[in-house]
Parts: sequence; C-alpha cells; structure tokens
Amino acid sequence: MVKKYIKKDRVIPGFGLTMGITLLMLSFLVLLPLLSVLVFSMRLTPQEFIQLITKENVINSFQTSILCSLIAAVINCFFGIILAWVLVRYEFPGKRIMDGLIELPFALPTAVAGITLSKLYSDTGILGKPLAQLGLKISYTKVGLLIALVFIGLPFVVRAIQPVLEKLDPQYEEAAYILGAGRIRTFVKVVLPELKPALWTGFGLAFARGMGEYGSVIYISGNSAKEKTQVVSYVIMQKLNYVDYAGATAIALVMLIISFLILLLINMIQICQSRRTNYI
Amino acid sequence: MKSNRKSGSQGIKWVLISVSVLFMAIMLVLPLVSVIVNSLSLGIPFYLKSLHTEYTLSALMVTLLAAVIAVLVNTFFGIVAAWLITKFSFKGKQTLAALIDIPFSISPVIAGLAFLMTFGRLGWANSYINQINQLFGVDIKIVFALPGVVLATIFVTFPFVSREIIPVLHAQGTDEEEAAALMGASGFYIFRKITFPHIKWALLYGVILCTARALGEFGAVNALSKARGKTFTLPLEIDALYLAGSSDSITAAFAVSSILVIMAVTVIVARNILEYQAGKKQGRYES
Repeated sequence: MVKKYIKKDRVIPGFGLTMGITLLMLSFLVLLPLLSVLVFSMRLTPQEFIQLITKENVINSFQTSILCSLIAAVINCFFGIILAWVLVRYEFPGKRIMDGLIELPFALPTAVAGITLSKLYSDTGILGKPLAQLGLKISYTKVGLLIALVFIGLPFVVRAIQPVLEKLDPQYEEAAYILGAGRIRTFVKVVLPELKPALWTGFGLAFARGMGEYGSVIYISGNSAKEKTQVVSYVIMQKLNYVDYAGATAIALVMLIISFLILLLINMIQICQSRRTNYI
Repeated sequence: MKSNRKSGSQGIKWVLISVSVLFMAIMLVLPLVSVIVNSLSLGIPFYLKSLHTEYTLSALMVTLLAAVIAVLVNTFFGIVAAWLITKFSFKGKQTLAALIDIPFSISPVIAGLAFLMTFGRLGWANSYINQINQLFGVDIKIVFALPGVVLATIFVTFPFVSREIIPVLHAQGTDEEEAAALMGASGFYIFRKITFPHIKWALLYGVILCTARALGEFGAVNALSKARGKTFTLPLEIDALYLAGSSDSITAAFAVSSILVIMAVTVIVARNILEYQAGKKQGRYES
C-alpha cells in the first residue's frame, strides 16, 4: 500500500488513454443521463417538489418499499448466514450444485422471476393453494412482495459472507469451546463479530436492490394503492405512463438520494473492513 | 466428552444442511421448475406455437441486438476501466470506482427515466437530435425506439465486466507489467501477453453475467419501449403476454420465459466451470 503512494512516476503506459476513455464513457452513458434527472427536478420549486412527494400514494409506496426491503434483508441475513456456513464448513453431496444455485436470482430475468413467483403463490399455484386453504393469502399482498424481495436479495448476503467465513480459522472457535463457551455463545462472541462488516455489506446491498426492484415485484404485489402494495419503482413507472414527468423525477430524486446514502454507507464499511484486514 | 461433542455437532450439521436445502428448494428451485411446468401445461405443440409468433421472434431479435451491443461496449469499457483502476494510483480513484458501480445500485426504472429526461420530448438533448435530423435529413429517434433500448441495456449492465476483472487484477499487482514496461514493451503488448492471461476467466465470466443481465433487463427498457413487435424485448413480451390474462396467453408467457430460464441455467453452469478452471490454474501455480 505504502509503496504505491510513494511512486509518483508511472512506468506502465496507457494512463492518459485509459483515463480519457473511462471518463468519457462513464460521463456519456451513465452520469449525463442521471444528471438530466437532477437538472429536471431542480426546475421544480421546493413547494411543488414537497407537494409531489407527499402525495398519499407516494408516501405509502416509500413506506412499503423501505419496510419490506428491510424485513427481506433481515430474513436474508438470517438464512444467508446459515447457507454460507453450510457451504463453507460442511461437506455433503450436492454442495457444488447448491453453491451454484445461490446465483440463480442474479441470472434469472426479473420479469420471469416475477411471473413465476406470482403464479406459484396465487390461489391456484402449487404453494398458494394449500396456504390459501389455511387462510393465508400470499400473492397480491405484502407477504408476496416480501417473498419476491427475499428471492432477489439472497445472493448478495451469501456472497458477502462466504469469503470472510472461508478465511476465518476454526481454531478460534475450538479455543472458545475448550475454554468452556457453549455453541451459541461461541457463535455470538467469536464468529459473529468477524462476520459483522460483511453482513452489513450484504444487508446494505440486498436492501438497496430491494428498494429499486421492479420486475420481480410488480406481478406478485398486486400494485393496489388501497392495500398499500405499490412499490416506489411501480409508482415512478405509473407516472411515466401518464406522462407525469415532474412527479416521476421528484420521486426518482428521493430514490437516488436514498441509494446514494446506502452506497456511501457500504463503501465506508468496506474501507473500515479492508483497514482491519490489512493492519491486523 | 469428545465423542459427545462430535455427535452433537454432527446433529447440528445435518439440521443446518436440511434447513438450507429446504429453503433453497422452496425459494429457488421451485420457481425455476414452475416456469417449465407452466410453459408445458398446454402440451408441446402449444409451447412451440407460442414461441413461433411474429411478436416473439421480433422480441428475440431486439433482445439479441441490444445484448450484443451492450456486451461489446461494456467489455471494452470494463477492460479499460479495470486497467486504469488497478495499474495506476491517482487521486479520486475510490470515487471513480464508486461512480462506475452506480448503475448497480439504482432502480432500473430510474435508468429508463434518466434517458427519457435526456433524449425525450422534454430532454435537453432532444433539440440537438432534432438539429442533426434536419441537417442530415434523417429521422433518428432515441426514446421509444431501438437506440433507447440499447442505451438502457448498456446502462444497467455497465459495471458488470469491470467488477469481475478488478479484484483479479488487484490481487495480481503491477510488478509484472512494470517489468515488461521497463524492458520496453508497448502497452497493448503488455496487456496481451501479461495481463490478459491473468484475467481470462474473470473476463469471460463478466461477459456471461453481462449477457444474462442484458437479455433479461426489464424495468429500464419498459420505460423506453412501447411498440410491441417493434421495440419490445423478450421480458417485455413476457409482460405483455402475462398481463393479457387469458390462460392461453399466460402459458405463452411461461413458454417465452423458458427460453430465458434455459439461459439463466446456462450462465450458472458456465460460472461453475469457469470457477473450476480458474481454481485449477491457481492450484498449479501454487504447487
């Protein structure tokens, strides 16, 4: 690390060229379009802006998105730890297939995930039918929305924890056990603190993804304003379809700020994490 | 004592494995199987018929076009950006890396909106495009046309290749490239002979992941594409079929989905093969 910063003259060629190309492509393909949203929303007066984002269905959609994404991220952290633990620490037949399948929500198009989950949990679906007989309705409720968000968020958490768990030496756990700590105590006091930064990163990524999710959510959630199952992305799309660009950009701006804050937080955690691993 | 602990941890092991298997079976495997079962529920002739419609074929072509362009652009960008970020030290590197990752963390719907606000009726670039159109007597449209679909696809898959290569290049360091440069090798020669062999598998995986995401993009394209049979991609076609609501069209939606499911499974298998290849190579270096 230190060596890198002392070395001022660059030996490897291509700095100017790669910098130019990177900045040019990044600006034109990503930053300029996003700035357009910013510029357009700046044209609104503060009153207009406040009025647009405090409409009842907009506030409801933010509540729904934040609440469901948070709960889904917590569920994912719980099962994510179990899955990562099982995949790293145990040997059993079919482990490789299981490890590969974790990636499925990344690879499966969101619209496909959306319609198949919606069908699966509907009153006529394989899982929805028995649950409906028990009086549990899943499709077109917040529970359905939650299931879709758990589905798409899972790989973020598992893939964040796995590498840290791989590096963690089981000797520490053995030492704790020999010193008389129980299994739960060993896990909470020895393993969990090591996993914490990775867990937060995974939590943040899953939450951010859940906040912005559109394709996998819109079919199963039912998008009812009355039942408060509209997510923010759906409301933006609805406004776009009604050519209400002012409304859409105002909501988008709030969303951009939220995802920017999450990104900042994740980056800070990662910097702390790399400091810890580098200097200890 | 010792055997007691052994059998106890064995018990926990199998409980945890069972929980994991059950969770994954319900959450991941069942939806996958459900697509295939639903798509074949009206028989194979119906399945083939619903794949062979004018709309589906058009959507397939649009999807492939957008995916190919997005993958080419992002692969080029990914390599260049990864080289910049891992081979040089400069101020603001962290910020640059974070900016590249932006599309990863924002809603695809907002990506669609961003292009509408740039090139749409109210967008600042709209008047420039009109001028170009008048000047050259052409009729270029960006939003609600193919260029918009392509741009949105590039946007959402922008960081995919660079994300895969950067960690590999970081781990490799810069010593080999520096030595080669000091001995007088040109930049491109260094890349081809030294850097490329290191990133081969990561690059390939990035490209595969980028392709998968490009083929499956929905939210961003949905905001920018409104003409079924012209600018619709496969996910949009699935959406249209599913929302049509009749049991025939829903089955057709699953039939079209099955193409994308096959693609998703291929991606996962390819990833595992690539990981195995990369691991094998690493092992050889260590021994």
